[in-house]
Amino acid sequence: MPDFGPDLAEVFGPAAADGGPDLVQLLTPEGERVHHPEFDRDFSAEELRGFYRDMVLTRRIDTEATALQRHGELGIWAQLLGQEAAQIGAGRALRPQDYVFPTYREHGVAWCRGVDPLHLLGLFRGVDHGSWDPKDHNFGLYTIVIGAQALHATGYAMGIQRDGAVGTGDHDRDAAVIAHFGDGASSQGDVNEAFIFAASYNAPVVFFCQNNQWAISEPIERQSRIPLFQRALGFGFPGVRVDGNDVLATYAVTQAALQRAREGSGPTLVEAYTYRMGAHTTTDDPTRYRLSDDVERWKLKDPIARVKVYLTRNGLADDDFFASIQAEADDLGHRLREGCKALPDPKPLSMFNHVYAEETDELRQQREGYAAYLETFEGAR
Amino acid sequence: MSSTRTQRITLAKGLNMGLRKAMEDDPKVLIMGEDVGKLGGVFRITDGLQKDFGEDRVIDSPLAESGIVGTAVGLALRGYRPVVEIQFDGFVYPAYDQIVAQVAKMHYRSQGRSPMPMVIRIPFGGGIGAVEHHSESPEAQFAHTPGLKVVACSNPVDGYWMIQQAIASDDPVIFLEPKRQYHADKADLDDSMAPDPLFSSRVVRRGSDATLLAYGPTVKTAMKAAEAAATEGRSLEVIDLRTLSPLDMGPVFDSVRRTGRAIITHEAHVNLGVGAEVAARVQEECFYSLESPVLRVCGFDIPYPASRIEEDFLPDLDRVLDAVDRSLEF
Repeated sequence: MPDFGPDLAEVFGPAAADGGPDLVQLLTPEGERVHHPEFDRDFSAEELRGFYRDMVLTRRIDTEATALQRHGELGIWAQLLGQEAAQIGAGRALRPQDYVFPTYREHGVAWCRGVDPLHLLGLFRGVDHGSWDPKDHNFGLYTIVIGAQALHATGYAMGIQRDGAVGTGDHDRDAAVIAHFGDGASSQGDVNEAFIFAASYNAPVVFFCQNNQWAISEPIERQSRIPLFQRALGFGFPGVRVDGNDVLATYAVTQAALQRAREGSGPTLVEAYTYRMGAHTTTDDPTRYRLSDDVERWKLKDPIARVKVYLTRNGLADDDFFASIQAEADDLGHRLREGCKALPDPKPLSMFNHVYAEETDELRQQREGYAAYLETFEGAR
Repeated sequence: MSSTRTQRITLAKGLNMGLRKAMEDDPKVLIMGEDVGKLGGVFRITDGLQKDFGEDRVIDSPLAESGIVGTAVGLALRGYRPVVEIQFDGFVYPAYDQIVAQVAKMHYRSQGRSPMPMVIRIPFGGGIGAVEHHSESPEAQFAHTPGLKVVACSNPVDGYWMIQQAIASDDPVIFLEPKRQYHADKADLDDSMAPDPLFSSRVVRRGSDATLLAYGPTVKTAMKAAEAAATEGRSLEVIDLRTLSPLDMGPVFDSVRRTGRAIITHEAHVNLGVGAEVAARVQEECFYSLESPVLRVCGFDIPYPASRIEEDFLPDLDRVLDAVDRSLEF
């Protein structure tokens, strides 16, 4: 038997509880600031307070939406609980000209891009499939088919190359794309093909994988036998594993990867190592397939608590600050509750709109036929 | 057998029991898909099967539909009978290439030496208030592909029998399950009763004024329409097509020759849908019996809309009765 070398799964363990030796971390779960030879940077008190605010408000969006689903106001909700740091770190590392391709769970990134959370609620309420204008926010529509957007991101990045918006050295011109996906999506052909295309064309794209350890009921071991970030090497670009519950590290690593892309040095895979604290969606019941021990262990790594400890311990924020954020979260929660219930149901005939840029006579006839049919009812809609 | 074998079951339970029975009867039967193991599938159709048959026979797959179907092809070549679960209708397309270019053609390509005794289960149809890609009806895309057989169950008893028959078939079967019905209605299953053949349609309500044709989720709609029409003195015959490729037109022709009128209803888009094929065959075979054109009550030719207006998209009782009126008044 030839020696094929060590079993990588044994060496690294895809789900090592602490993320393994390659985990980039700048703020420990205990709120201790640590340093990293490659990705370290300074953060101002204002930046840190901003991260805290973003994460608290993002969590509030998630909590409110989950409650709204329980009260029948949303059809379903995809929770992000526990992934606030990964999303805020990635979202705040963007420049305005960068472009985001999200999954259906990127509520924190949407927040960073200025998308009103009511748009997100509308989708999950079932009033539309996506109501924000992607161009207004450089934030694409939520993609539900797993991994499809990784190819879209790569193609968009190829467009940026052709527009000459890479590697010019102009801070406001050079742009990058970030493709969000999860550990489950890493198994999809589309994601692997996106890696191939991005490497082949040296496209300015960052593949940002939130490894939250679970694809509905399936643990990461079902998708990968080596740490996901190591896959990048096989495709020909670098991969980094960052503590996805550490907003500082996620910010620093993502910013470096985006800058690399903008400069024309090609794609990077960032694996944000985190944990899905909630269910896959509100229709899922994780007690059927995972142990609460895991969840309890990850509670100790809460992304928000560690920033609060750091701010407090270093005198960077006082009680008034935390109270003001709490008040802001309460206001946001109130606005979302009222706003969600007030979202108007679409008019039935609106379902015929926007099927084509140039509508067909056939479709027009279907709309007119259905309109005439509706008018046969008393109190026609 | 005595009636003690009769059980009152849902469609979900019928499918679960049918899968269990097929696995007991044939050790070559495997189940593959996303979350089919410990979770029992997102609709719980495979609930408890991994616990009883083990991880080698109830396989939680990586999240990759092309991978699921593609590896199932290999397992079938090796002599297994894979039963693949696609989690939702709208997620079948990553596997579309494997299904239409490989699964469908393998028997033909190999001159019959490499059969594909595979079942691809797809929960289909809408009405569950879901987000995009979770409510679609892709049957025509598969029925249009030679080499595939396509069936749709509509009730718990058929679910129990048809899944076993599909697994026993040496041809690949696209097996469509109306997800809105999974946990909706119960029916009595007496498993001592011999089932109808898999590729057969069935008259589920006798009538004389017009023939309603349906399959999957719209069978219930058609039955309700027939009940409502009966209160107005109209006698509608209802046929559950059950098999979409091949179509079993015999009972349909018999019926239309008696009633002279046919209305088909499905959730799938009307354009080039199963209804178009059925209408073409009815006019070819029953031309001189027809009293009015064959009508279709189907999903409109738009992408599946947002769920708050999905009931406007889906054929319902009123739209079916409206078509019955138009047919009778023609």
